[in-house]
Amino acid sequence: MAAEQATKRAARPALVRVHALSKRYVQRRIFSRDKFVVDALKNVDVEIPPDCLTALVGESGSGKSTLASCLAMLETPDSGEIWFEGREISRAAACELESLRPKIQMVFQDSSGALNPRFSAAQIIAEPLEIQRRVSGRKLRQRTCELMEEVGLSADWADRSAHEFSGGQRQRLAIARALALRPTLLILDESLSGLDLVTQAQILNLLAEIRIAHSLTCLLISHDLSLVGQVADHIAVMHKGTIIERDTRQQVFESPRHAHTRELLAATRTIASAFRAERPGSE
Amino acid sequence: MKSIPIGRSSRDEIPRLLRVCGLSVKYGADGQALEAALRQLDLEISAGEVVGILGESGCGKSTLALSILGLLPADARVDGSILFRNEELLGMSEAQLRRIRGAKISLINQEPGLALSPVMRVGEQIAEVIGAHSGLKRKARKQEAEAMLRAVNLTNAGRICAAYPHQLSGGELHRVAIGQALACRPDLVIADEPTRSLDVIVQAEILGVLRNLKQKFGTALIFITHDPALLVGFADRVVVMYAGRAVEQGPSSRMFGRPLHPYTKGLLNLVARVPRRDGSAPAGLLPVIPGGPPYLEALTSGCAFEPRCSRKTEICQSEDPEELMPEAGHRVSCFHHGS
Amino acid sequence: MNYLTRRLIHGIMLLIGASILCFLFADFAPGSFFDEIKLNPQISPETVAALRSRYGLDQPMPVRYVRWAKSVFRGEWGYSFAYNAPVRSLLAVRAGNTLLLTGVATFLAWLIAVPWGIWIAAHPGRGIDRLSMGSTSVLLSVPELVLALGLLYLVVRTHALPVGGMVSLRFDQLGRWSKIRDLATHLVIPVTTLVLANLPIILRHVRSSMMEVLKAPFIQAARGHGISKASLLFHYALPAAANPLISLFGFSMGGLLSGSLLVEVVTGWPGLGPLLLEATMSRDLYVVVGVVMSSTLFMILGNLLADAMLLAADPRVRMQ
Repeated sequence: MAAEQATKRAARPALVRVHALSKRYVQRRIFSRDKFVVDALKNVDVEIPPDCLTALVGESGSGKSTLASCLAMLETPDSGEIWFEGREISRAAACELESLRPKIQMVFQDSSGALNPRFSAAQIIAEPLEIQRRVSGRKLRQRTCELMEEVGLSADWADRSAHEFSGGQRQRLAIARALALRPTLLILDESLSGLDLVTQAQILNLLAEIRIAHSLTCLLISHDLSLVGQVADHIAVMHKGTIIERDTRQQVFESPRHAHTRELLAATRTIASAFRAERPGSE
Repeated sequence: MKSIPIGRSSRDEIPRLLRVCGLSVKYGADGQALEAALRQLDLEISAGEVVGILGESGCGKSTLALSILGLLPADARVDGSILFRNEELLGMSEAQLRRIRGAKISLINQEPGLALSPVMRVGEQIAEVIGAHSGLKRKARKQEAEAMLRAVNLTNAGRICAAYPHQLSGGELHRVAIGQALACRPDLVIADEPTRSLDVIVQAEILGVLRNLKQKFGTALIFITHDPALLVGFADRVVVMYAGRAVEQGPSSRMFGRPLHPYTKGLLNLVARVPRRDGSAPAGLLPVIPGGPPYLEALTSGCAFEPRCSRKTEICQSEDPEELMPEAGHRVSCFHHGS
Repeated sequence: MNYLTRRLIHGIMLLIGASILCFLFADFAPGSFFDEIKLNPQISPETVAALRSRYGLDQPMPVRYVRWAKSVFRGEWGYSFAYNAPVRSLLAVRAGNTLLLTGVATFLAWLIAVPWGIWIAAHPGRGIDRLSMGSTSVLLSVPELVLALGLLYLVVRTHALPVGGMVSLRFDQLGRWSKIRDLATHLVIPVTTLVLANLPIILRHVRSSMMEVLKAPFIQAARGHGISKASLLFHYALPAAANPLISLFGFSMGGLLSGSLLVEVVTGWPGLGPLLLEATMSRDLYVVVGVVMSSTLFMILGNLLADAMLLAADPRVRMQ
């Protein structure tokens, strides 16, 4: 049954197709000829299948966040193409961007930095709705409360300010804000790191629920496979600016092709296997 | 399984390295509502032992670390007793504490990048700690600092010594922090989430360094973390903290093999599945403990974990479970630990 | 090209820009030195016209600017109509006096403010802190002029110190040590005024940047390693808190020449202040430009010095 579904999914065209994407950061100084060059993305080819959770894993500095920023149209790549719902978006015009932006939403790692501390929870969620002039007045408030309930926050907390929430709750708030515009693709850039294990798992479960409810495609960026590896449908591994491996979770776990993937798995697995050794029959 | 409630006096009288008794910490200025962080915490650590402290954020783990070192903020109110080599740490003067901090008990911070001065060379910062606790000359201090960096597997210790923190990678910074904490060969090292914010591969390396040093110097270690997986094969004993209290503690083989408290079970369930070799299993939902840790001021009667517990009954709501010892050395505070 | 060279080029460009602006504004000002001479019936209009052309005042602005710039390179800095001498010789003496005054005042103000600021930052909310903050806010609200007048009043009533001037009349007959003593007693009033005027600002900056740093995690961590309190304050916190203070120092260098103008005029210190006042009153164009330019030069030098100090103090700046 599961396999059948998987083939059905595979038959559908990818939601996002990235082709030969490159991005180089050059730092130059005035009056100076020295340059500082970082190749953040080198010929990246990757596909994100629709309605799936794709995990993008890799060490810090491997280019994950740059790729995410390019997908979210926050950065312009130097070369290459990004196809989203059959349109090339990497060099879209400003007017086009306006209609595209709501469809691709991003949640950042440090949500306390990404959330305005002077805003109440309700204001934070309502802000994108107001900017896009989707709803207003009493309806806006109602929609905000719905969104809060949906991400597991009590609507009674709507008037608290962002700093009164715990780290996990702030991430929920950021997710609610992203959901407000009914996106097709939700990118979570290291949104789980810095949270404790229980909170991470709770947020992953929340994602699983809203993914189904909103038929959402998720790209989850993480440096850690341990929890993400349990819930992702597809895993893409990034290393030094390129995608070195992308396949279904099963494939990646069972027969990783690239040495770095094996290294990543080993780092996660040594802990887990030691754990199993101490816990016979835990599964 | 027969359980006997245990009183405080009946515990063994072997001199412990560190003995925390009935430690309570509350935050809040005069006249303001107090915010509790620790409630009647009991904890013991023998020389050379590795004790893992496990719990979510907000359960008082960091407060425990800070109160042992006497580094709590000025508005903290502390009750109870912390005996280190039979010396009471609570109420010690700042001058007395200074002789213990860094020399006998030292701390490895969560964020070594923030815990090192940005305008001092790394070697100088280690030498400074050595200088604060020994009469070594300047040159000897520097050599000692370099030797320490080699001990944490930093091969180019000379370069690292002359570097500033912003010039080092995350893994290097963590090693420097470990080297700094161990520089004066303390009896006890408290590592507060020492691998947080690191990539898995680097994380595994850092854990390896800690293990080696523990063996080399025979230092006792308190390892604070939210991830049980990091304690496996490393900790001798595990203490699970919840809502400012130790809800279960015991030898790690028992704790991982047969956990008794529903909270411990919940924490371990997340890790036990990681990662499935057969990726074929349906992704589904992760087995999580719902909700979050309670606000301690709002606690009334009953077990603090009761609202999130899957095994709660009526008694959990009305009574606070006493600490029981169903097996030697394995203590738990739960009415339903057997089930 | 390294950081300091780039800053130096910036500084030179700034100096050229400032001189053009300075010239422009001086030109816009109504009247000129010779307008008053014209009123004198004994001097014929032809003589005035001859004088004007001798000083080049009949030329258009750009020509005068180029002439002035040339004279700067010759080391003359233009010519004073009133003193009938090159501006530089006038400026050199007066600027030296001003530098002596403001240099001593700045040095003393920092010498007092840094340890005091560190001390109150380490004990915030205590009596000494509140007292310091209270007294500095009073000082901040009192104008320099009032401070100087108040001090003068006290001194005149008590005859404790000489009033006005830089040295006594019989200065030339004194021995070396008596000369220094004489100068020092004359310095007391203007220096005290300047210290009292600058101290509150410096003290508050030291306090706030130290308090900021003392809250930093690395200070907590150093405490956790058993570092002594003195080392914590001076070895760990102060270097980390130095950046904003160095910038402030650079700015205060810029004010060295211009900041004391008013105080000099009131206390009768023969510095640039009285010179500028006189020159402005008599529209002695090149002297005004000269004084303003030397202030600009000082500001640029001060900032360069601050940049160099920042470079020395903060490894993060060096990395950029």
